[in-house]
Order: sequence, then C-alpha cells, then structure tokens
Amino acid sequence: MNASSGSDNFVVFDRVQKSYDGVELVVKDLNLAIGRGEFLTMLGPSGSGKTTCLMMLAGFETATHGEILLDGKPINNIPPHKRGIGMVFQNYALFPHMTIGENLSFPLEVRNIGKSEREEKVKRALEMVQMNDYQGRRPAQLSGGQQQRIALARALVFEPELVLMDEPLGALDKQLREHMQFEITKLAHELGITTVYVTHDQTEALTMSDRVAVFDDGRIQQLAAPDELYEQPQNSFVAQFIGENNTLMGTVSKIDGDQAEVTLDDGEVIDTKPVNVNKVGDRTLVSIRPERVEFNKERLTPGAHTIKAEVLEFIYMGDIYRTRLRVAGSDDFFIKTRNAPDQRRLKPGERIEIGWRAQDCRALDA
Amino acid sequence: MTDNTAQTDNGPVLAADGRPLKASLRKALRAQKIRAMMLIAPLLLFIVVTFIAPIADMLFRSVENQIVGNTLPETTATLESWDFANGEPPDEAVFEALYYDMFLAAEARRHTRVGSRLNYEETGMSSLFRGTGRSLDDLGDDYFDVFEGVDPIWEEAGFWYDFMGAGDGDAEAGGLIDAQRDRLSALLDEPVAGDVGFVPDAEIAAILPRTADAYAAFAAYTALVDEDVVAEEEPWEAVFTALATDLRRDGAGEAIAAYSGDGAAELQAAYEARDQLPDISYTEFFIEEDEDWGSLDTWGTIHAYSPSFTPGYFLTAIDMRLTPEGISAQPENLQIYGTLFGRTLFMSMVIMGSCILLGYPIAFLLANLPMRTSNLLLILVLLPFWTSLLVRTSAWKVLLQQQGVINDLLVWIGLVADDNRLQLINNQTGTIIAMTHILLPFMILPLYSVMQTIPPSYMRAAKSLGATDWTAFWRVYFPNSVPGIGAGCILVFILSIGYYITPELVGGETGTFISNRIAYHISDSLNWGLAAALGSILLAVVLVLYWAYDKLVGIDNVKLG
Ligand SMILES: Nc1ncnc2c1ncn2[C@@H]1O[C@H](COP(=O)(O)OP(=O)(O)OP(=O)(O)O)[C@@H](O)[C@H]1O
Ligand SMILES: [Mg+2]
Repeated sequence: MNASSGSDNFVVFDRVQKSYDGVELVVKDLNLAIGRGEFLTMLGPSGSGKTTCLMMLAGFETATHGEILLDGKPINNIPPHKRGIGMVFQNYALFPHMTIGENLSFPLEVRNIGKSEREEKVKRALEMVQMNDYQGRRPAQLSGGQQQRIALARALVFEPELVLMDEPLGALDKQLREHMQFEITKLAHELGITTVYVTHDQTEALTMSDRVAVFDDGRIQQLAAPDELYEQPQNSFVAQFIGENNTLMGTVSKIDGDQAEVTLDDGEVIDTKPVNVNKVGDRTLVSIRPERVEFNKERLTPGAHTIKAEVLEFIYMGDIYRTRLRVAGSDDFFIKTRNAPDQRRLKPGERIEIGWRAQDCRALDA
Repeated sequence: MTDNTAQTDNGPVLAADGRPLKASLRKALRAQKIRAMMLIAPLLLFIVVTFIAPIADMLFRSVENQIVGNTLPETTATLESWDFANGEPPDEAVFEALYYDMFLAAEARRHTRVGSRLNYEETGMSSLFRGTGRSLDDLGDDYFDVFEGVDPIWEEAGFWYDFMGAGDGDAEAGGLIDAQRDRLSALLDEPVAGDVGFVPDAEIAAILPRTADAYAAFAAYTALVDEDVVAEEEPWEAVFTALATDLRRDGAGEAIAAYSGDGAAELQAAYEARDQLPDISYTEFFIEEDEDWGSLDTWGTIHAYSPSFTPGYFLTAIDMRLTPEGISAQPENLQIYGTLFGRTLFMSMVIMGSCILLGYPIAFLLANLPMRTSNLLLILVLLPFWTSLLVRTSAWKVLLQQQGVINDLLVWIGLVADDNRLQLINNQTGTIIAMTHILLPFMILPLYSVMQTIPPSYMRAAKSLGATDWTAFWRVYFPNSVPGIGAGCILVFILSIGYYITPELVGGETGTFISNRIAYHISDSLNWGLAAALGSILLAVVLVLYWAYDKLVGIDNVKLG
C-alpha cells in the first residue's frame, strides 16, 4: 500500500471553496492532500461536489477561493492543456471521428512527438489494456468495456503523473465493472501513477482505493483507508453511507473510558464505544454492522448487555442468511450470519436475545 | 438441439401450422404493410398530385412540340421528304398542303399560335403566319367569282351539300369525316365529338379529291365547332380553291364526263369554264403574300420543328439551337443562359460560403452559451422567419440603396466620398447580401442542432490530453460539426439556386438568377417549353450536386435535426 502518510503531498487542496452561482457553496472548505502514487477515491451521493473537485483539479473550473497545488506549485492559473493530467470521462469522450489509433496518438501529436515514437507508445498503451487488434476501428464499433479500456489507455499514453477518473465504470454491467476495477487498480499501481477516482459506488471505492474521501454537502466527511472507513465511521453519515448498518436512538447513560452505556428509548441498555459523544445525557445514534450482531449467548463476552429481539423474517441468500428483527420498537434491524454447517436458522416469531462487543457498536452524533 | 420451430432435413423451416416459416412471415408482414400503406395513402396521393405530377408535366413540356404537327399536319407530312441542303424552297405540293392547313387553322384562330411557337426559333414567323392567315380568303374569293359567274347555284349551301354527297355517301368516304374529326381534336387540343350530319360521296371524292377533303373539313368544323347545320352554310373559300385545283388536274375531264350523280350538269359547266379561272399556283400565292415564304430559313425552321418531340428547348437553354443545318451554337449576342446558369451557381456558392462564415459562430454561441442567453439568441435568429420575405427584402432596399442607411453611414464616417457612394443594390452585391441574410437561419439551425449533440466532454478531453483551445476546436469540435455544415450547405445552396423573389427585387440586371429568367418565360414571353427546359436543367443540376455531395460527404452524415 502506497503513501497514505501525506509526507509526500503530490496534490493539495488548500481551503478550496467553489460556488457556481454566487449564492450557494457547492464545495465548502475542502482540505485534502494526496500522496504521490496514491489511489484516492472520492465517494459521495449525487450532487455532493465530487465532479466539481475533479474539474477544478483538471482546470475546467476555477476555485472560488483557496488554492490547489500540484507537486508543490499552485495551478490556479495554468490552463488545462498545460497541466499534464490524464483524464477518463464518464462517457469516455472518445473522439468518434478518429480511429482508436488516432485517438491514442492525439495527445502525442499535440505534444509534437515524432511519428515512430508515437506509434511505439500507442502500441504499448494498447498492449497495456489488451486491445492491440482494435487500432483501426472507430469508437462506435467497440463495446462499452472496450471503449472504457481505450479511454483509459488514452489517458495514460502520454505518461501523466496524475490521472483523474470520473465514474469511469458507471455505464458497465456488474461483472465487467468488477473486472475493470481490478485492471485499473493493477495498472495504476504498476505504473506508479497518482489516481483520483470518483464514484458513488461504495464497493468500488472500498475495493480499489488506498484511501477514500467520503463527500457530503460539499465537505469531506471522512478521509480514511477502506477498512478504517468501514469499521470506524466517524459520524452517522459515513456509517450509514458505507455498507449496511443498523441504527438505534438512545441517550448516553454512562461513560467509562472507551466504553459507554446507552439507554435506548424503550429503556433497554446496551454497550457502545463512544465516538462523538462526550458526556452523559447526550442524545446519540448508535450504529452496528449486521454481521457483528450475535445471538448465540455462548459467543458473547460474559457480562455484556443483551437486548430482546423478535424474528420477523428469514432471508436465505446463499452464502449468508439475513434475518430481520424487531429491536427496541424498530422493524428494520438486520443481522447477517454466515451459512456454515453449525449455523442455526432463525424462524419468524422466535424470540431471541442479541448482543455485541462494545467496540463494534459506535455511539455517533444524533 | 431442441427447437420449437420444426426443421425438416435440409428443408425450409416450418412454422407451428406446418407452413414454411418464410411464407407465414411474409403473410404476417403483408397485412402490416397494407395497413401502413393505407395510412399513408392520402398523403401519398396528395404528393403525387401536387408534386410529382407537376414535375412530370414540366419534364414533358420541355420536349413537347406537337403544336406544329397538330396545326399543320399535311404540310409537315409533305415536307418530310424535303431536304434543306438542296438549297431550294419546297415544291408546289407543300404549298398546297400549307394552304389547306393554314385555312383550317385560321378558321379556328390557331395559326397565330403556331406562329408564336416558331417565332421562338426564328424571329418573324409570328407576323408571317398572322399576316398570311388574314389573306387566305383572297385566293378562294377569286375562284368563287368565276364559279358564281358560270352558275349562281355554286353560291348555294344546299346545292353544295347535296353535290358533295349529303346523307347518302358511303362508309369508305365516311373515313374522311373521321379523319377530319381527329384533326380538329388535335388542332383544338380537346376532344371533338358528335355527328357531322354529312358523309361525302365516294364517287365525288374520287373525281374531286381535294374538294371533298376541303368540304369535309368545312363540314366537320361547321357541325362540330360552330354547331351549325352544314346544309345551311355556304362553304369556305378554300372549297372553291380546291374545286379549281381539281378541275385543272390532268384527266379530270374524262372523270367528270363519266359522272352522272347530283350536280353532274353544273360540274360539267364549271369544268368547261375552267380556262376563265385565274391562273395562280399556291407557291405564287404565298410568296406574293409574303416573300419570306420563299425563304429557305422559314421552311428549314418549320421542317426542323415538325416532329412531335424536340430537343429545341433544351438546346436553347444551353445556348445552342436547332437550325435547319443541324445543331449549332446560338449567335454570341443571344448566349445568355450559360452565363445565367454560371452566375446562379457561382452566386449560390458565394451565398453558401457567407452563410457558413456568419452562421458557424452564431450556431457555436447558441450551442455553448447558457440556456437563457442562447434562447434569446435563438429567437433573434428565428425572428426573420416571422417577417414576410417581401418586407425583409424591401428593408434591404432601404438599407443598401445609394441614398440609403449604409451609404449614409459610410459617408458620415468618411469611408466613402459623398459623390462616390457605393453601388450596393441592383447588382450582385445586393443579391448576395440580401440572400445571405434570408437564408442564414437555414444554415444556423442544422448547425445548431448538430452542435448541441457534441458533448462538451469532447473539448474537455482534448484539452486534458494537451490540446490548446484552437487545436481542440479544429481537430475535435469542428470535424464533429461537419454533418451540420453539410446539411446547412445543401439547404442553403438548393434554396438559393432556385430563389426568385429576392434577386428579382434587389438583383437589378447583373444580380438575377436563372429562376428570374424562368419566371420571365412563364409569365411574359409565354415560352413555357423553354421555361420547362430551364427548370429541368436546374433540377438536374441539383440532383447531380446532391449525388456528388453524397459521394463526397455521404448523405447519411447529414443531420437536419
Ligand atoms: N456548471 C454548473 N453550474 C451550476 N451548478 C452546477 C454546475 N455543475 C454542477 N453544479 C452543481 O454543483 C453541485 C455539485 O455538482 P457535482 O457535479 O460536483 O456533483 P457530483 O458529486 O459529481 O454528483 P454526481 O455523483 O451526480 O456526478 C450540484 O448541486 C450541481 O447542481
Ligand atoms: Mg459527477
């Protein structure tokens, strides 16, 4: 895994703000440092300002306030074509009137690279994405996945140090998307290029990235490695946005170091890890992943709190079982259990006791 | 492999009911097709009637030349064997035929029409035919006086009627009447039908062939066109001319002597008095009326334009002409159509070019400005469409004339001297300026619609790949907008090549198009054949250009919206 330390900051957003209409800030106070060779993903719901950030970096939008540094130098006044940033667009933006070969040699031509060198590089780029045989075709004669590869090859053919990708896999079907996710990460790491990747598919973000920046409302809600993001969400937005999540409302009734007791609204008490609550009496949203909920008493830590639950529905999903429970008055509490030989299938109507390890249950902002 | 369509070994694929799949499919599709056809049938009919039929009619008119043959059937038939190269005017037989053809035509007042038709090819023909038509009666009158002197009975309508056969003529001679009926239909350009109430006597027709012919013509015309009773009308002067000709024919004496039917005695008396008849040949008569009848050119022209179909109009339209010697170039001072076609094409090109130059940036702005601004701009572009063409053109007159706004402005700025104001109207400049303005929307709209479909990400991609603004535009945006240019060019060029009203109003002498000439021939000179030929050539030019365009650019590359 490459630089996540931020010691070698290749791209820096320094207190960047952006407004299109002078009324509303689309990007509010963005601070972000991306290390050289890092694969960083911007993840967030639609309209959260991801594309805007990318466009500011590429030079197609100017920051209303703040500075963007590339390799230590401010780039606000450098026109897009001099930034040397490779870019893959959501609709690929392959030039329809040029063949694949011409598309790839375009960035080399505008850089006045000689013909033989150009051909050499185009060939290598096509090999890189395993598309050597398609040089003479036009983009319209390629499938979506093939076009995607060509767009990638074109963004890489002039050997940029930084590549931006704006939802490059959005138009592909699931299987192809997974395959391309793998290829893109592989290429990016092999070539050692810095990648800023935009998506609103969280699985994509988790599987591909060194670090993920979760965007919402023009701000980064959390910037962390995928595992940290999933297991230790910093606030309720991140917890709910990443992965599946059960939430319960309650009030903090006791704080003891990194363990806290929360009294749910129906009076039951649970063990939690305080994240952004700091005193007794705070309202909190408690978040717990479905796979961390345990109903087998033997496996629970002795002395841990348990609460009552009623099984509402059992869903067989092949590798896992998903069970819907009624917990503390809420009907959409899910648990996930692995389909193992010794696993018990819960039946609707059954009454059980559930519990968890305190550190898996995070008491977040209300 | 299990398949729910049965396949017999190597045989055709069968449908569920055992019939060949292809046949079932065709049957299913046929019903659909018929339904679809019925849906469009009214529109199709409308298009055929209002669009295709007039074009076909125009194409036909441009080669049609039946008027000469229809008006002078006997003359053209007799003239066929005549050879212009001999250097001799035609012989007496032709003049004789001409006399009777002309007589009938003059009675029907059709001789001036063939005169005007031939006048397109040879000036003077119109007055020649008109003048001669007026004095055709003179010849017959001279003979009539003699016959009347011999026996006043020749003046009587009833006598003539009985003499020529009355109701008891036989069938074979009746063919004469049918022939006359057909001839009248052709001459009058409308079917003539009805009962003449007269059938010539075969015996008389054999003795006096010319007279029988002339009388049959008279009878048919009187009964069918004038709708009078033949027996009550005095025959035409031509009948007396014909009688004189027949009496003087060799061997007429014996036949007349042997004749014993109605009026045998009167005929015998007339025959005996034949020496008193004025001795004038048809040739002499015509040349005396107008010496042009003796000219080779007159007959050459009639001869050249005798066939029912002629390339004459087309030849005229390309500055050639069909002379008696064959096809040759038009005299220099009459060569106008080549210049006009050339000018039309050239100016249309210039107009098209100006439209691209002006329209491209506007379309670009329309496609790339924010919605609100571009909508306003679009309204401005469309505004001319909501103003009458005439008003727009007249506005240009006000702007461009020598004492007009633009000249005033230039003088005021000091760019041109007051006594040297620019001539901006009534010449090519005027036409080009006004037409460019009028046709500009036809360039902008297709361009705009194509540009709208070019994703902005293309330009961004090009720039991110290192292209400057200009390179990105030229190498990426422009090629993608070419279909719009193509569509705009076709529209503007084809519209402009056939434009009429604007060149007419602001073109003056030098700025008019071929269409103005066509309009002139349609409404002023009434030479519809030539107008049709010019129109057909214009149509062909457009089709050829369209074809060439298709070869070069590909018509499926063109987007109109
Ligand atoms: N050119 C523009 N003019 C005005 N407002 C814009 C413009 N582009 C984007 N916005 C607004 O800025 C906000 C952020 O847009 P942005 O495209 O960055 O979102 P995004 O995170 O990329 O969303 P998505 O996942 O849907 O692509 C949105 O509210 C959008 O309406
Ligand atoms: Mg976006």
